[in-house]
Amino acid sequence: MQLDEIKIGGLGASRRRVEDNRFIRGKGNYVDDIVLPGMLHMEILRSPLAHARIKSIDTTKAWAIPGVRLVMTGETMASRNLAWMPTLSYDTQAVLATDKVRFQGQEVACVIADDPYIAKDACEAIVVEYEPLPVIVNPQQALAPGAPLIRDDKENQLDNVVFDWAVGDKDGTDRAFAAADVVSKLELHYPRSHPSPLESCGSIADFDRATSKLTVYMTTQAPHIIRAAVALVAELPEHMIRIISPDLGGGFGNKVPVYPGYVASILASILLERPVKWIEDKTGNLISTGFARDIYLHGEMALRKDGKILGVRMHTDSDHGAFFSDAQPSKFKIGLMHSTFACYDIPAAHLTARGVYTNKAPGGVAYRCSFRVTEAMFFQERMVQAAADDLGIDQAEFRRINFVRDDDFPHRTAFGFLTDSGQYGKCLDVGLEAIGYQDFLRQKAEAAKQGRLLGIGISTMTEPLGAGNSREYDILGIKMFDSAELRVHMTGKAILRTGAKSQGQGHETTWAQIVAHELGIPADDVTVEEGDTDTAPFGMGTYASRSTPVAGAAVAMVSRKIRAKARKLAAHLLEVSEEDIEWELGRFYVRSSPDRGVTIQECAMAAYSNVPDGLEPGLENNAYYDPPNLTWPFACYIATVEVDPGTGVWDVLNMVAVDDCGVRINPMIVEGQIMGGLTEAYAMASMQFITFDAEGNCVGSNFMDYLLPTAWETPGFELHEVVTPCPHHPIGAKGIGECATVGGPAAFVNAVMDAIKGIGVRNIDMPLLPDRVYEALTERHDVSGAPPVKMDDR
Amino acid sequence: MYPSRFRYEAPRSVEEAIALLHQGGGEAKVLAGGQSLVPMLKLRFASPEMLVDINNLPGLDYLRVDADGTIRIGALCRHADLEKSTLLAAHQPTMAAAAPLVADPIVRNRGTLVGSLCHADPQGDWASVMIALGGHIVAQGPKGRRKIAVADLMKGPFQTVLAYDELAIEAVVPAPKGVAGGGYLKLERRVGDFATVGVAIAIETSAGSVIRAGIGLTGVGGSTINAVDAAGALLGGPLTADTIARASELAAQAAQPRSDHRGSATYKRHIVSTFVTRILTSVPDSKGKAA
Ligand SMILES: Cc1cc2nc3c(=O)[nH]c(=O)nc-3n(C[C@H](O)[C@H](O)[C@H](O)COP(=O)(O)OP(=O)(O)OC[C@H]3O[C@@H](n4cnc5c(N)ncnc54)[C@H](O)[C@@H]3O)c2cc1C
Repeated sequence: MQLDEIKIGGLGASRRRVEDNRFIRGKGNYVDDIVLPGMLHMEILRSPLAHARIKSIDTTKAWAIPGVRLVMTGETMASRNLAWMPTLSYDTQAVLATDKVRFQGQEVACVIADDPYIAKDACEAIVVEYEPLPVIVNPQQALAPGAPLIRDDKENQLDNVVFDWAVGDKDGTDRAFAAADVVSKLELHYPRSHPSPLESCGSIADFDRATSKLTVYMTTQAPHIIRAAVALVAELPEHMIRIISPDLGGGFGNKVPVYPGYVASILASILLERPVKWIEDKTGNLISTGFARDIYLHGEMALRKDGKILGVRMHTDSDHGAFFSDAQPSKFKIGLMHSTFACYDIPAAHLTARGVYTNKAPGGVAYRCSFRVTEAMFFQERMVQAAADDLGIDQAEFRRINFVRDDDFPHRTAFGFLTDSGQYGKCLDVGLEAIGYQDFLRQKAEAAKQGRLLGIGISTMTEPLGAGNSREYDILGIKMFDSAELRVHMTGKAILRTGAKSQGQGHETTWAQIVAHELGIPADDVTVEEGDTDTAPFGMGTYASRSTPVAGAAVAMVSRKIRAKARKLAAHLLEVSEEDIEWELGRFYVRSSPDRGVTIQECAMAAYSNVPDGLEPGLENNAYYDPPNLTWPFACYIATVEVDPGTGVWDVLNMVAVDDCGVRINPMIVEGQIMGGLTEAYAMASMQFITFDAEGNCVGSNFMDYLLPTAWETPGFELHEVVTPCPHHPIGAKGIGECATVGGPAAFVNAVMDAIKGIGVRNIDMPLLPDRVYEALTERHDVSGAPPVKMDDR
Repeated sequence: MYPSRFRYEAPRSVEEAIALLHQGGGEAKVLAGGQSLVPMLKLRFASPEMLVDINNLPGLDYLRVDADGTIRIGALCRHADLEKSTLLAAHQPTMAAAAPLVADPIVRNRGTLVGSLCHADPQGDWASVMIALGGHIVAQGPKGRRKIAVADLMKGPFQTVLAYDELAIEAVVPAPKGVAGGGYLKLERRVGDFATVGVAIAIETSAGSVIRAGIGLTGVGGSTINAVDAAGALLGGPLTADTIARASELAAQAAQPRSDHRGSATYKRHIVSTFVTRILTSVPDSKGKAA
């Protein structure tokens, strides 16, 4: 009798998350839960100023406080050649400032003490004398003639430009614009935000002089990259470094980079020969660790009267803060921005991108995003709506006219990506049907008669997830493949390890389901372990929705290797040749007499107790998976809103999401990812951003100002699905972790813009705070959200 | 959170608490719900030498309405008690409207109305409500008790006229002489956010005429604003479109907002006037309708 795949927790089972057993009982094991004998505590002194020369640092009073073990400044770091460290984007970043501070919150000194209270007291006792310098908080200021030079530490850096980069077909695009009936233009700013995981960053460095081994417990989404980085930065042999990433309280890209706190805690442990714990507070996390977005767009579309897009031209100015430390594939300076417009059939496109330094925290991390794809899709969908309006064509119809057709795959995009599958029109239809499109348009017209402002916004997009194939994707030269190792024990139970690192995605649950699908071993019989570089196979970690496309594929591949060996064992047990054997879920049987069979568990036992001559004992293997292409999920998000003309406040009436992420391993987890992503999309659209005043003070340094939506204001979401399996992934899955964060924001913004249509306003920058909407409504002009924010002094 | 070192005392009687405050000589702080004080300790904006935790003081958690209609709120009555109270829903529309808008449910479980008044945050919701209602607090020090009108309590942002050794015992809303009406509207960016703008209005009507009116404004000045002129414009007749328009205009003038990341001064003024209009227009059927 065939096993019931759903019952054993295989593909398609909405299995409860096994990790939740410990999380909801308060039994998770986060970095801050770990206590080592003799452990000391580190606290960081941060710069109150955004740009200033350090004239002197006096640590005398801090050293004098009882319980203080070590005070470190840039000088201490410099004596070990550690004052600066390399970033993931071939730049350098100060560990502790030596010459200047370049953003508010920059690390200036560290105190290591017996407890965190003492460390904090001692930080306050350090006296730093600063000479303030002019401050830059946006690209315009950075590029202005005579602007102060932020990176005067770098030879040959004569201005504040980080890079100038271009991609696409300039001439072809120019020709498209020359032939256009209408050119639609849009200027906007995707504001700076912060991933803000519930758990901030932290580490415990434990250097053991006796064994020369350095063990670091660390909040990292990519433990193996960190091990390599530590080996290079601290000049320690790689086999003497063990990075352990225990349970993570969220990551969202924030925990990919190497942070000064990690490096400082490592040096402190080496100097003191005791474990040193550093746990960042919320403000430290918000003002100093990897931010996201902060890009300005100038976009243009060449259009034919009948609605056909002929060409797209984009220029972006991105604000990278004081150090270029974007965590992204090294080949692409502005991430995968050029994946924009991938779902539309466009003859020609050209993108120019310029990055600048400013006096703001560094980062440019992929906040729930496959490297700037969030900005790419937001720009695309805002431009698409503006274009439809300019042409006077219905926004749904305009999309349909320009979609890549189902029979047109594989499709080469205007910027050179290869998309391979999708049913874009069908997803849009499902979405329009679910929201009741025609009905809503009638309601909207009716409401308008009473002065009420209703609006509907659509966002459709396909995005490249799962970096990536080794031809194109590497970080500092390390190719972006991933891995899995599977050991099946004698009784048919198993342990699986991968090079990815779950931080809430539920790998412990879903990886076991892939094994169950491939081998028929019940998911409950498979333990999943990640995050320890001494035990896990090498991998690039979890971000950019790459786990299922890459590590998940490796899990399927290693399971197949195990199955291949089990088949030999089965043949031996059944006393027939391998060719006479068939496989069904969990069992091999003799083709000519299906009743004669052995289970995978029986094969596992044989691997340790009854091995045929010439076969290696044991049942374990590993697989490294280099994906042939990225995966291309598609999404259609539609929101309806009502705007209060008296206050500018807007409410979401309905939100419908149609996601096509191919085969769903655990539908419940997929839905959870979409719900969470839509919440973050709503956050970006409505409230969540980090801005700066003219002095470079970070406005958004705590949760009273950096607004994360709660269950109270987050609207409900209605989810739908379409399934187009990925043609090259072993189980047909595509990435899903980020679709909703990426595609969602434009749906909300487009809805509000639709509600106020007809008054000559082309754009309001996110977040659409009530005062911005009100200003647009009453003063009838675009509203920019670019810093500095205007503040009256009292 | 790693505050500076402090001594912690948890007295069992009001007298003991006052003695400790006196002993502290200005370096001691009362700890009530802790929802304002603890964040300040965490950020080290406040580093008192001693905390006098009043949560063990017996008999201060009351919310009651005297026979004559006077409302009394003890120092340990929590925001959540006010939110759930059927008394307020029946007797006091302004307070009933404000209670669910203060902070978020978690903060409301701990925070107190009296603590909110003593904290004197210009963005605190209860101060404008109490000003609109003409309320006062009862403070007790080594020399006995005194009454302080909430309108006179605030000296400036985060500053009150309370002496360092005085404990606020209760807040009092005087009995209405007519039918109580009014409401509270708050513009917030998110649940649990402080007000960008808050407007509290309390009126009393008798025989169709407004006999008492108070308007308090949250978040639009260095202190809670008592919009006396705006309230005055409502007195002596029925609420009409004209008096409402006049009050809205005067309230907007009384506001002293500043431009910041929550919006421009012009915008905030506009919201004041919109809210005054909206509250007053919905007065006859105001029950539970605000916000
Ligand atoms: C996340 C968050 C959101 C919030 N949002 C809002 C909001 O939207 N609107 C709003 O109004 N408030 C808000 N608050 C503040 C909250 O309402 C506080 O509860 C209130 O301001 C203070 O009351 P408490 O009992 O917690 O006082 P505490 O924090 O204990 O004390 C506050 C101050 O008052 C003094 N004090 C307290 N009680 C007495 C007393 N009986 N006698 C003398 N002095 C006393 C203390 O010494 C201290 O200086 C928020 C707080 C948080 C943490």
